[in-house]
Amino acid sequence: MPADAAGLGRARAAAFVAPALLLIAGFLVFPALWTIYLGMTDYRLTGLAAAEPAFTGLDNVRRALDEDQFTHSLGLTLQFVVGSAVLGQALLGFAIAWLLRERHGALRRLVEALVLLAWILPGSVVAFLWIALLDREDGTLNALLGTPGTAWLVEHPMAAIIVFNIWRGTAFSMMLYAAALSSVPPSQLETARLAGASSWQQLRDVVLPRIRGHVLTNLLLISLWTFNDFTPFLLTNGGPGDETEIMPVFVYKTALFNGELGYGAALSVLMLLVNLVIALVYVRLLRAREAAS
Amino acid sequence: MAAIALTGLTKDYPGGVRALDGLELDVADGEFFALLGPSGCGKTTILRTIAGLEEATAGTVVIGGDDVTRLPPGRRDVAMVFQDYALFPHMTVTDNVAYPLRIRKVPTAERRGRAAETAGQLGLTKQLDRRPGQLSGGQQQRVALARAMACHPRVFLFDEPLSNLDARMRLEARTFLKRLQRELAVTTVFVTHDQAEALALADRIAVLSDGRVRQVGTPTEVFRRPANTFVASFIGSTPMNLLPGTVTAGARVLVGDAALPAPVGEIAPGTPVVYGIRPEYLRLTPTAGEDTVTGEITVVENLGSTQLLTLEGPAGTVQVVVPEDSEAAPGAPLHVVPRADRALLYRPDGDGELLTNCPTPGGAAPGA
Repeated sequence: MPADAAGLGRARAAAFVAPALLLIAGFLVFPALWTIYLGMTDYRLTGLAAAEPAFTGLDNVRRALDEDQFTHSLGLTLQFVVGSAVLGQALLGFAIAWLLRERHGALRRLVEALVLLAWILPGSVVAFLWIALLDREDGTLNALLGTPGTAWLVEHPMAAIIVFNIWRGTAFSMMLYAAALSSVPPSQLETARLAGASSWQQLRDVVLPRIRGHVLTNLLLISLWTFNDFTPFLLTNGGPGDETEIMPVFVYKTALFNGELGYGAALSVLMLLVNLVIALVYVRLLRAREAAS
Repeated sequence: MAAIALTGLTKDYPGGVRALDGLELDVADGEFFALLGPSGCGKTTILRTIAGLEEATAGTVVIGGDDVTRLPPGRRDVAMVFQDYALFPHMTVTDNVAYPLRIRKVPTAERRGRAAETAGQLGLTKQLDRRPGQLSGGQQQRVALARAMACHPRVFLFDEPLSNLDARMRLEARTFLKRLQRELAVTTVFVTHDQAEALALADRIAVLSDGRVRQVGTPTEVFRRPANTFVASFIGSTPMNLLPGTVTAGARVLVGDAALPAPVGEIAPGTPVVYGIRPEYLRLTPTAGEDTVTGEITVVENLGSTQLLTLEGPAGTVQVVVPEDSEAAPGAPLHVVPRADRALLYRPDGDGELLTNCPTPGGAAPGA
C-alpha cells in the first residue's frame, strides 16, 4: 500500500480531513475533557457553586470511594451485567441460534422477528409494555400466573430488570451467534457425529473452539452496553429505595436530581474507567486466543 | 464381513424434490465401489444415507447383515472422508486422528499410540504435532484418511476424495488410495463426478442420473458396453459418437451416406437405431469407400500423444482420435473407418438402451 494512494499531497489531504476532525474535537473530545475537569470541581446546578465552582482536585473521587452508595451501586451494576448480559443474553442468544441453525422457513422467521422486535422498539415504549406486564393491580403477568396483587417491581426489582434486559437485548447475541455458527463447516459437525459425538461433545469439540472469538467480542459489547444502560430507570426509577440504582441511574440522580454536577462528572469518569477495565480484560483474552492458535 | 445392501431406497427432500427413487444397490465385502454421475444425480445423497447423515424416506440400509436404517451415524461403524477433509483446525494431527477414539473413551496413552501408528502408515510421522493449517493439501487428505482408519470401521465412505487436490497430486493420491484400499480390504464407497477417477479406482461402478442407477458394472464393462446412451456419453475421456442411422440389409447401418458394419443381429432392416462408436475406434483411411465416414475437419485439439479431430459431414458431427503425427488441418477432408467389433447399437427412443442382441464386443463378460 503506497503512503499516498490518492495522490492528494499532505496539505490537501489534511484539508479534507479537517471538518471531520473539528466535529470530533467539538462534540467528543472537548466534552470528555470538560467532564474530567468538572469532576475536579464542586460545580452545582444551583447555588453559589453554580456561579463560581471551586477546584477541589480528587476530593470527589475520594468521596465516591468512601461512600457506601458508590460501592453499593457498582455492586448492583455488576449483578445486572453478569445476570442479564453475560449469563442471560449470551446464553439465551446462543441457545436460540443453536436451536434454529438447521431450521428454515416460517418458524425461524417468526422467532427472529419476535426477538428482533424487542431489540428495535424504543426504550420508552418497551418500558411502558413492561410496566403494563408487571403491574400490581392489572398486570398481565399476575393474570397469567394467577397471582393478583404481586408487585413484581417492588418485591423483586433486581430480578425484574435483569429479566427485562435479557428479553430486550438477546437479539444481538442471537444474530451474532447465528452468523458465527454458519461459519462452522457442516462437514466438521458431521465428522463428529460419525465418530459418535453427542450434541454437547459437538459443541465442545467443534463449535466452541471455532467461535471463541465471536463469543468474546459479543461478551465485550453486551457487557459495555449493559453497564451503561439507562432503560431500567424507566421501570423502577432506581428503587424501591436504592435497590436498582445501577451506575447510570446513580450518576443521573446525583448530577441532575441533587444538582451535584461536579460529583456526577467524577462518577462518570469512574464509570469510564470501569468500562476500560472490562474492555482490557476481554481484549487480553482475545489476544491470548490469537497467540494460542 | 461388511457388505452393503440398499433396498428400495427413496429420499424425498422437503419441498417435494425426490433425490432417490426406489434405489437398489449391493456392494460386496471389501469392494472398492464408485458412485459416478453428474452433479445433482443423487450420488452424494446415497453416500450420506449410508452414513446416516440423511434419513431415508423409505427403504432399508443393511451393513454387514445389520439393518442400520434407523441407527444414528455414530452407531453404524462407518467412517467418512469429506471433500474438504473436515479437519478440526484447533487440533494437532495426533488429536485429529485420535478424535473418534477419544469419543469412544479410549484411554489417552492408547489413543495417542494408535493415532501415531496410523498416521505413521500414511507417512505423517513428522507432522504429528502440526495443525491442519500448516499442512499441504495432500497431507491434509492423508490426515483425514488416518482419522477414518484409526477406529477400524467396517465401511469407508469417501465424498469426492480427490477433487480438492491439484492435477498432479490427484494422480499420485489416486494410486495411493487404491493401494491403501487393497491393503486394508475395507468395503469402500466413493462418490465422484470424474469418470476417469471412477474407472481408475473402482472395482465396480454405479453410473447414476436423476436418482436412478443407469448401469452397474466393472470399469471394463461400463467402458466397453455402456448399457444406454447416457452411460455411453458420460464414460470415456472423449464422449462416444452417437449417430442416428437405419439398419439396412447386409448387417450394416446407414449413417448419412455411409453403410457402416454393425452387430445388427436380429434387428429388421429399416429399424431406426443410434450407432455408437468411440472416437478411439475410428481409424484414418486414405480413400473414401462405402464403409467410411467422410467429413471436413473443423476443430483440431492436441491431446499430447494423440489428437482429437472434429469432423462435419453427411453423418453429422463425428469426433476421431488420431495419432500425434497425423497431419490434420482444419478445412481438410478426412475419411475414417470404424472398428466393426467396437460398434454398439442403441434404441433411438426411451432411455436409449443398448439393443440386447448385440454381441459382446471384445469378449468381455456381459454387463451385470
